[in-house]
Amino acid sequence: MLTHALSSPVVDNKRPMTKAVFKWAAVGAVLLLALYLTVALYAQNQIAFALLFLVVIGSAAYIFSSPKAYAHRYIYPSIAGMVVFIIFPLLYTVGIGFTNYSASNLLSQERVLEQLLSQRFQTGEERYDFKLYPTDDKFVMRLESPAGQSWASAPFSFSELQNSALAVAPVEQTAPDSQPLGIKDVIKLKEDLKSLSVNLEGGASLSLAGLRNFAPMQSLYGLRDDGSLVNQQTGVVYAPNQDIGFYEGPQGETLSPGWTVTIGWDNYVQVVTDSSIRGPFIEIFVWTLAFATMTVLFTLAVGLVLANILQWDQLKGKGFYRMMLILPYAVPAFISILVFKGLFNQNFGEINLVLENLFGVRPDWFSDPALARTMILIVNTWLGYPYMMLLCMGLLQAIPRDLYEASAMDGATPLDNLFRITLPQIIKPLMPLLIASFAFNFNNFVLIALLTGGAPDIIGATTPAGTTDLLVSYTYRIAFQDSGQNFGLAAAIATAIFILVGSLSLINLKLSKIKV
Amino acid sequence: MAMVQPRSVRYRVWATHFGLLCFIGIILFPLLMVVSISFRTGNFATGSLLPEHPSLEHWSLALGIPYTQADGTVLQPPFPVLLWLWNSIKIAVISSALILLLSTTSAYAFARLRFKFKGVILKSMLIFQMFPPVLSLVALYALFDQIGNHVSWLGIDTHGAVILASLGGMALHIWTIKGYFESIDRSLEEAAIVDGATTWQAFRYILLPLSVPILAVVFILAFVMNIMEYPIASILLLDVNNLTLAVGAQQYLYEQNYLWGDFAAAAVLSGLPITLIFLYCQKWIVGGLTAGGVKG
Repeated sequence: MLTHALSSPVVDNKRPMTKAVFKWAAVGAVLLLALYLTVALYAQNQIAFALLFLVVIGSAAYIFSSPKAYAHRYIYPSIAGMVVFIIFPLLYTVGIGFTNYSASNLLSQERVLEQLLSQRFQTGEERYDFKLYPTDDKFVMRLESPAGQSWASAPFSFSELQNSALAVAPVEQTAPDSQPLGIKDVIKLKEDLKSLSVNLEGGASLSLAGLRNFAPMQSLYGLRDDGSLVNQQTGVVYAPNQDIGFYEGPQGETLSPGWTVTIGWDNYVQVVTDSSIRGPFIEIFVWTLAFATMTVLFTLAVGLVLANILQWDQLKGKGFYRMMLILPYAVPAFISILVFKGLFNQNFGEINLVLENLFGVRPDWFSDPALARTMILIVNTWLGYPYMMLLCMGLLQAIPRDLYEASAMDGATPLDNLFRITLPQIIKPLMPLLIASFAFNFNNFVLIALLTGGAPDIIGATTPAGTTDLLVSYTYRIAFQDSGQNFGLAAAIATAIFILVGSLSLINLKLSKIKV
Repeated sequence: MAMVQPRSVRYRVWATHFGLLCFIGIILFPLLMVVSISFRTGNFATGSLLPEHPSLEHWSLALGIPYTQADGTVLQPPFPVLLWLWNSIKIAVISSALILLLSTTSAYAFARLRFKFKGVILKSMLIFQMFPPVLSLVALYALFDQIGNHVSWLGIDTHGAVILASLGGMALHIWTIKGYFESIDRSLEEAAIVDGATTWQAFRYILLPLSVPILAVVFILAFVMNIMEYPIASILLLDVNNLTLAVGAQQYLYEQNYLWGDFAAAAVLSGLPITLIFLYCQKWIVGGLTAGGVKG
């Protein structure tokens, strides 16, 4: 059989030696690169990414070098794309759902420690005004104490100084001839100045305290042997707490920022028990279900009726009607959604203008929850019915005509035809497509993000939650819009949606009986 | 229905025509309105469908040409629309080409070669395709942040990143091409292999030339989908000059900076070519879409 001939690769025992050497050299080089990347990522504590690169590059090396995996060479790129950009992000998201990853717990513990140790506080009252005088490519720094005494440094450059302290000695008060740097140039040097420490002759060590002055400063926190931090100003000891990802004082007070730790099921528990999250969550979930169901029903109803009309033999000009009717589908969705956003605008929108002229009303489409939801359904029906119409038109072709002939003999009305012949005939092949449409609309992020952005807001919610938010846009807002940027909570909700969507598509696969 | 006709059929035909025309009128109202608004003066003007004082102000701004008003003040274009359109087209063309290239080879393997776990891989591809990328945006951002540390032209705020991310969604296209390959008779390839061609040669010189129509369809389908992609581009692209049209267009309608007229012109300008492409190719696009998913 051909398949056997194809699956056993047509190799190449007579392949020249050089080619084989070249091949193995290439494989070796790729593996070395993979190893380097993996180790580098592992060293940065990015274990998930290290594993990903190892798997992707390692399997590539195997598949493209082993004759046994010949067939897999053809599918490798698309599978790799799917693994890297769909499956890996999915697993990573599920993982984040079990951590407290958020704006307040963004960094690793080492980075947090580094940040805290770099904080300083002013030990004395006096501040020393400073001026920088450029000389060639170097600077001379002059300091002036509140008492009026002056100090000056030898010419220095920041790069030469590295991290050693700059020594200044007392001088006469007369200023040098050249002009000091303006504040703009000082701001440009801010990072260098921040890391500069200045030693006054006679003891005190100064650090940058503002844009114009230096002051005696000291590190705010000292690191102790047991890993805890001591506040050098107040003497309070902060111990690292790995359960919450913060340095914690004796009274439970915490130091910002915190680091990311695994917190188990806490995010899920929070959704279930915290009433200020649970309330909006349930409301949004119910609306999401209602939205997806109603969208499917409305688009199907409009689409089916139109498809039936367009099937009618007596009707002329079908091509024209068809073209006009699918126009909403042809216009890019992101443009038509924004067009509707403008047309529904309460003050300048054309829809309210028409309504006011006809009925004298000016509905508040964006601040009244019920109206906002109505608007979303109207817009989505507009966007979605052509797709249903096209589907139904295809399926209607397959219904035997004599069924309608028979029903006409029996005196059936068009409605009888629709409900007793057409629907039962097409519902079976239509079902998987309806479920797919349901799943798509369940996650119709673009519509909500561009049309209402979730507004109007649900009152009393601690997370950003709107009455028109779908679960996806709600998760997006928790992660990216809220000042708290609670990635962990967002990922937990995302995981729940993954499970739901996954089971929907499994059902769909069963229903559509796809043969592979 | 051809044989048995009710007597009133003529009136019903006319009623249907009337009903359909009314319906089309309502459906097309938003689109006609936008075209009309793009010719109005100013951003807050209201008026009838045919503007009383037509002005090319918004069109000039949409094309990137500063507009001099009657009183002498000069309006600067608010956003680089043409640049956005160019970005969108560039990203869509490159990623569609890559998608086409990679999904064709995959589809060939799924249609013709025999290997382990073929059914499982195919089915799981279909399932994973259903997961919306919006939900893993945090992970995608972190991923491209990491990639950007090593390869700067694939990092955050590059078009390379958006193109690369689009390679995750090939399952639909693979299914479409696979279906077409399976409808082509194998005997030609078999003959070629008997004559000593390699598998690759049979694919490259025999099957591919026969499949040009479906490849065109998949290219257009991928192009349309990529043009409309919003969530991933919205977090990966930051600089205003880097945005795609889908991400940039909404900036016209911020509450504080409401540029309705400018938006209308930009929308018509950029939406029209995409709409025409879609209408021209709609037969094939619909066929492709019904195979596996919905318009994304």
